[in-house]
Amino acid sequence: MQFGLTESQKILKDNARKFFSVECPAAEVRRLMETDTAYDPALWSEMAEQGFTGIIFPEDAGGLGLGKVELILLMEEMGYAMVPGPFFSTVVLAGSVLDACGNAEQKKKYLEPICQGKSRATVAMVLDTAAKPDPEDGRVIVANGKLTGKKLFVTDAAVADFIVVITSGGAFVTESKAPGVKISAMNTMDGTRKQCVVEFNNTSAEKLAGTTTGTMQAIDLATAALVGEMVGGMQRALEITVQYAKTRKQFGKPIGSFQAVQHKCADMYLETESSRSAAYYAAWALQEGAPDAAVAVSIAKMYASDACRNVGNNGIQVHGGMGFTWENDLHLYYRRAKASETMLGDAAFHRERIARLAIDTQAAPAQTAKSA
Amino acid sequence: MDLNLTAEELAFRDELRAWLKTNVPKDWDGRREESMESRFEYLKAWQYKLYQEGWAGISWPKEYGGRGASLMQQVIFWQEMALANAPPFANVLGLGIIGPTIIAFGTETQKKRFLPKILSAEEIWCQGFSEPDAGSDLANLRCEAQLDGGHYVVNGQKVWNSYGWAAHWCELVVRTDPNVPKHKGLTVLMVDMKTPGVEVRPLRQMTGETEFNELFFHDVRVPVANVVGKVNEGWNVAIGTLMHERGTFGAGLQVAYKRNMDRLIELARKFQRNGRPLLEDPLVRQKLAQCYAEIEIMRLNQMRAFSRISATGVPGPEGSIQKIFWSELNQRFQQVAQEILGPYGQIEGADNHAVDQGMWAYGYLRTRGNTIEAGTSEVQRNIIGHFVLGLPKSY
Repeated sequence: MQFGLTESQKILKDNARKFFSVECPAAEVRRLMETDTAYDPALWSEMAEQGFTGIIFPEDAGGLGLGKVELILLMEEMGYAMVPGPFFSTVVLAGSVLDACGNAEQKKKYLEPICQGKSRATVAMVLDTAAKPDPEDGRVIVANGKLTGKKLFVTDAAVADFIVVITSGGAFVTESKAPGVKISAMNTMDGTRKQCVVEFNNTSAEKLAGTTTGTMQAIDLATAALVGEMVGGMQRALEITVQYAKTRKQFGKPIGSFQAVQHKCADMYLETESSRSAAYYAAWALQEGAPDAAVAVSIAKMYASDACRNVGNNGIQVHGGMGFTWENDLHLYYRRAKASETMLGDAAFHRERIARLAIDTQAAPAQTAKSA
Repeated sequence: MDLNLTAEELAFRDELRAWLKTNVPKDWDGRREESMESRFEYLKAWQYKLYQEGWAGISWPKEYGGRGASLMQQVIFWQEMALANAPPFANVLGLGIIGPTIIAFGTETQKKRFLPKILSAEEIWCQGFSEPDAGSDLANLRCEAQLDGGHYVVNGQKVWNSYGWAAHWCELVVRTDPNVPKHKGLTVLMVDMKTPGVEVRPLRQMTGETEFNELFFHDVRVPVANVVGKVNEGWNVAIGTLMHERGTFGAGLQVAYKRNMDRLIELARKFQRNGRPLLEDPLVRQKLAQCYAEIEIMRLNQMRAFSRISATGVPGPEGSIQKIFWSELNQRFQQVAQEILGPYGQIEGADNHAVDQGMWAYGYLRTRGNTIEAGTSEVQRNIIGHFVLGLPKSY
């Protein structure tokens, strides 16, 4: 038993750190977030060249065929650099659903161009007034293979070539330029990952071969990957804050010498490391098909959803007035953290899911331990 | 990253599991009302049996009576012991903390002399660290030892000592040089508790028990051969001890928490509010799920830490997050239990309305000490701030 990264995993993570620090520095994040799409074609083709766009997909679909832990590590580094654009939407969300639910022909048609960096895509899941993806919800209507209805909070739809639509009748793929598709921007907090309303009016769509189970497994993988990204964001917020606490002086001393400040930093560290443990385990459990994989994903998302908000709060508080300025980068992480907190189910949603999957089903123990 | 047990670990676990199945005594839980002394004799006999059959000191070297297995096997051992509801070891501090310190810092003679008897429970150990004026500021301790020929002569007082009433030996931190900065004049001694001048006074705690003691030393003569590590370098030895306490001590604890969690879920099915089981109340479900998740994350944090210690050989300052995590989680968990039990949560043992013989009332009170003992949460956060994050010292 060994719960640490292998040499090749460490190399992948280090290389990703270096790659994004060069290709996507903070100034670039700020430039892209002010654009309509947060998408940079040059950065995208660099990422495709690295193989990132096909990281977990089979080699015969043009991917690298790496494991789910490797995906989480890449996402961690993307969260650290807060890379803007449609990687999560395209590779993690759409790619995972296509990989889980597409037949050979559909994978060739949709997944292969994703791996090659030629297509961008997203998944439309969340309905009006809904707080989470629900494959059983029937409000997007499918009739004669055509879709009618509306989905909200669809990430990066404006730069997607095609959209995977989750309905109670299965998962469908439609071209984003197909007749009857209307995409409009939502004005959400995180400018680095744009969200949109997508409306379908008698829109032609192709049904994916897989079942709801496949869709849910893909969403679990995307959720674990999102937690990986959140961990990277927490790590960066922690480092920025510790650096500031070492240099900012008040009362003639670095503020990091005051325990009230140190203890906030220590809590940031504790919550970041604990989120990391949960994210890595969830990825490993999904990779192994462990019986507790779904619970592990919910534990990770539940914990990290609260932790990324707490880490942001502590980081900004330690910065004092500087933390409240537009100029300081922390609010970018804070905004991303809020968007990620609610995406794919917030902490309360995942607590209820843990209760259903792990607590309701628990058998009574024979005896109790004496607690101390 | 591979969290599956290796073939060797699996074989070890299966052998242990089979042994525990036939050898774990069934009468331990029923002894809750017996005297502390008689319970301790029982645990010593149990530990002796474990030692004789090769189950004590899993990761300790074979030449000192251990099994010579890996740290991961040691972790599996604690987990399996808790899963089997096995009674604990009598020599908790000797096994978990003092033995590893002797292995790291002791001389060959000391290792041969002391380690096997720690494992067999023939010699019980305690620690003399904290003093009335040296708690979080441990290096401020005053208990002094002056060289007199072949002996150190110890005078002073220690407090918050566990197992002093049962111990044969004490790992004692003393000041051997008062004329240098406080961290530099300390030395660790092994003191025979039967030496004239050692006095143990019980300290009654808020649970009503007397787990802790005050120790008094009046002209206690300790042979120089009983110095652990180097004279005036005792701070490093003491920190090594404390890192074991923080880094590796909690493996069995997590399984015990899980068992308590299982029991609490059972109680939430049984106890009702507004005519329905509490387990159906959405707020209770949220709180139970939060505890469930945190207990699992405690396990994952520990597994990552153990993997790191396996690679480096020594626990580091990042072990402080384990201490913060288990202690604060345990307090939150006990409060959730109190909310589920309502007024029944306050009933201590010896009352026929008590739930689980009063273990929840006891747990609520006892866990109050968790964030204080073994280094307060505040000191742990100082350690993370300074030694892990590199922030300037606050004191």
